[in-house]
Amino acid sequence: MAEHSYTSRRELDQYAFRPAVTVLAPLLCIVLQAMLPKTFPKFALLDLPLIATIFFAVARRNPISGTITGTVIGLLQDGLTNHPFGVNGIAKGIIGYIAASIGFAVDVDNTMNRALLNFGFCLLQSGLLYLISRRLLGDVTVHLQPVHELIRAVANTVVAIPMFFVLDRFKLRE
Amino acid sequence: MDSFFARYKNVLVLIVIVLLQVVALAVQVPRSGEGTLPAGSPDGPRITMLRRWTVALVTPVERLVHATSLHTRNTWESYVYLRGARKQNEQLKQEVAQLREEQAAFAEDAAQGRRLEALLKFQQQYIAHTVAAQVIGTSGSDRSHVLYLDKGWGDGLRPDQPVITPYGVVGKLRDVFPHTSQLLLISDTSSGAGVILESSRIRGIVRGTVTGQVEINNLTEDSRIKPGETVITSGGDQVFPRGLPVGTIESIAPDPQHQPYTAIVIKPAADLTRLEEVLVITKISAALPPAAQADAAQAETTATDETRRAADLLAEKLPSVQDETNGGATGAQGAAAKAANGAAADLSPGQIGGLPGVPYSGLPKVPPPVHPDRYTPGATPPATELKPGAAAAPRAAAAPGGSAQPQGTRPAGSQTGQDQKTQ
Repeated sequence: MAEHSYTSRRELDQYAFRPAVTVLAPLLCIVLQAMLPKTFPKFALLDLPLIATIFFAVARRNPISGTITGTVIGLLQDGLTNHPFGVNGIAKGIIGYIAASIGFAVDVDNTMNRALLNFGFCLLQSGLLYLISRRLLGDVTVHLQPVHELIRAVANTVVAIPMFFVLDRFKLRE
Repeated sequence: MDSFFARYKNVLVLIVIVLLQVVALAVQVPRSGEGTLPAGSPDGPRITMLRRWTVALVTPVERLVHATSLHTRNTWESYVYLRGARKQNEQLKQEVAQLREEQAAFAEDAAQGRRLEALLKFQQQYIAHTVAAQVIGTSGSDRSHVLYLDKGWGDGLRPDQPVITPYGVVGKLRDVFPHTSQLLLISDTSSGAGVILESSRIRGIVRGTVTGQVEINNLTEDSRIKPGETVITSGGDQVFPRGLPVGTIESIAPDPQHQPYTAIVIKPAADLTRLEEVLVITKISAALPPAAQADAAQAETTATDETRRAADLLAEKLPSVQDETNGGATGAQGAAAKAANGAAADLSPGQIGGLPGVPYSGLPKVPPPVHPDRYTPGATPPATELKPGAAAAPRAAAAPGGSAQPQGTRPAGSQTGQDQKTQ
C-alpha cells in the first residue's frame, strides 16, 4: 500500500472529485435553481451555482481550476437568462479565482470561515454583476439595492453551510 | 520569459478568460446603439445556438420533473381529492348562469360597438388562435424575469408573440427553440408594452423594474390618474392586441431618478410569480373568429329575448302603458281607449295625440289615460271658472275611512267641504 506524505498545508487540504461529481453537482445546482422559483418564487433570491463555484474552488485550491469552473457555471446560467453570455461567466470566473486563492490562507473546513466566505463572495458577485451590467453593457435600468443584496447574501450563507457538508462527502484526497 | 508565465500563470489565465468574455459581450450587444434593448429582443443566430445548447441541457430534466409532478397532481385531484367536487360543481353552474346573463347584457353593446367600428372603418384586432403552454422552469435569477414554456417552434410559436392568461397580459416570447420557448415577463427590465388607462384614456408605456415591479414611468403628474384605475393594452406596440387587461394602478409617486416623471406602479392582473399555464397568441385577425361570431349571434338573440321579456313584464306591471298592437286595456276602458285611438287615427295634421287645437309638432300620439287625474288634459276647469283663494278642485285628500280614491273622480264641492272639516 502506497504511503502519502504531505509537506505543506496546500497539499494537506487539497481535494479532488470524481468526474461525475464535478459535472453533475454544478449541473444539479443549475437545474434546481431554475426549477425551485417556479414553485417557491422567493427561491430566486438564492444562487446555488455560486455556492457550488465557491465550494469547488476552495476545495481544489487551484486558481485556474476555480476560474474555469466558475466561468463554465456562469455561462450555463447566462444561457438560461435573457442576458448576454458572459455576465455571470465573468463574475463567477473572478469569484472562482479569488476563492481558490483564499483557500490557501484560511481553514475552509471551519464553519464560521465558510459562512464568512459565502457571505463575502455573494456581496462581491452582486457588485461585479452591477459593474458589468451598468458599465460594460450600459444598462441604465440596473441599480444597486444594498438591503436586498445583504438579504441575498444572508440567505445564500444559510443555504451554503448544509450544502457544503453534503458536498464534503464527495471529496477525495489527492 | 518562461519564468514570468510560470509565475503569473494563474492571473494570466484569469485575464485571458475574462477578456474573452468581455469581447463576447461586445459582440453580442451591437444593437444597443440602434436604440433596441438587447435583453428584450430575440438573440442573433449564433447566440441562439449557444442558448439552445444550454436550454437543451437543462430543460429535459425540467420537463421530466414537471411531467412527473403534473401526473402525481392529476392522480391526486382525479381520484383522491373529490371531497368538494359536488359543491364546486354547483357553484360553477351558478357562475355559468350568471355569466350567461352578463354575456347577454354585453352582447348588445358589443354589437353596437362593432357597427360603429365598421362605420368608422376602425381596424379592430381579434385573437384568432392561441396555443396553450405550460411553464416548466425559470431563469433561476431574480435579475432576469424569464420563464420556459413546454411548447416551441414545432407548435407554431414564434419570437415576439404575446402571451396571456385569462386574467391578463403576461409577456411575450423572446427566443423560441424547437420544443421549448423563452417567455419574457412584463416585469423584466428589458420588456415593455404600450398601455392606456381605461377611464382617463391616457397612454403610457409599461416597463419592468429591477425589483420585479411593473410600472409606467413616462407620464408626468396628472390629477386624473388615480389608484385603482384599470390599465389595458393600447395595441400601439404592434405586439399585444388592443384592450387586454394589464393590471390596476397600485400607487403613484414622483420618480426621483426620472424627474419630472412619476412612477405609476401597476399591480399585474395575472399573478406573474405563480404562472402554470399560459396562452400564446399565435394569430391575430381583423375579423371576429367564426366560433366567436356564432357565440356573439347567440348572445345577441338571448339579449333580444331578455329585452322583450323585460318589456312584457313592464307592460303587465304598469296598466297605464298600453300596447297598441294588442289593443291595450280590456273592458270598458279598453273600448274607450280604442274609440279614442280610432278618433286619433283620423287626426288632421293640426291635431296630435287626440287633442284638438294642439298644433302638429311631429310628436307621437299620446294614448288616452286609463285613470284620469288632475294632470290629464281637460280635467282641470278653465281659468275663467276658478276663484282667487279657492282650493283647487281635484285636490287629493284621504277619505275619512282611510281609503284613498283616484284623484279627479270626486266632486269639487265635497272635496272643499272635507278640507274645511280637517282645518
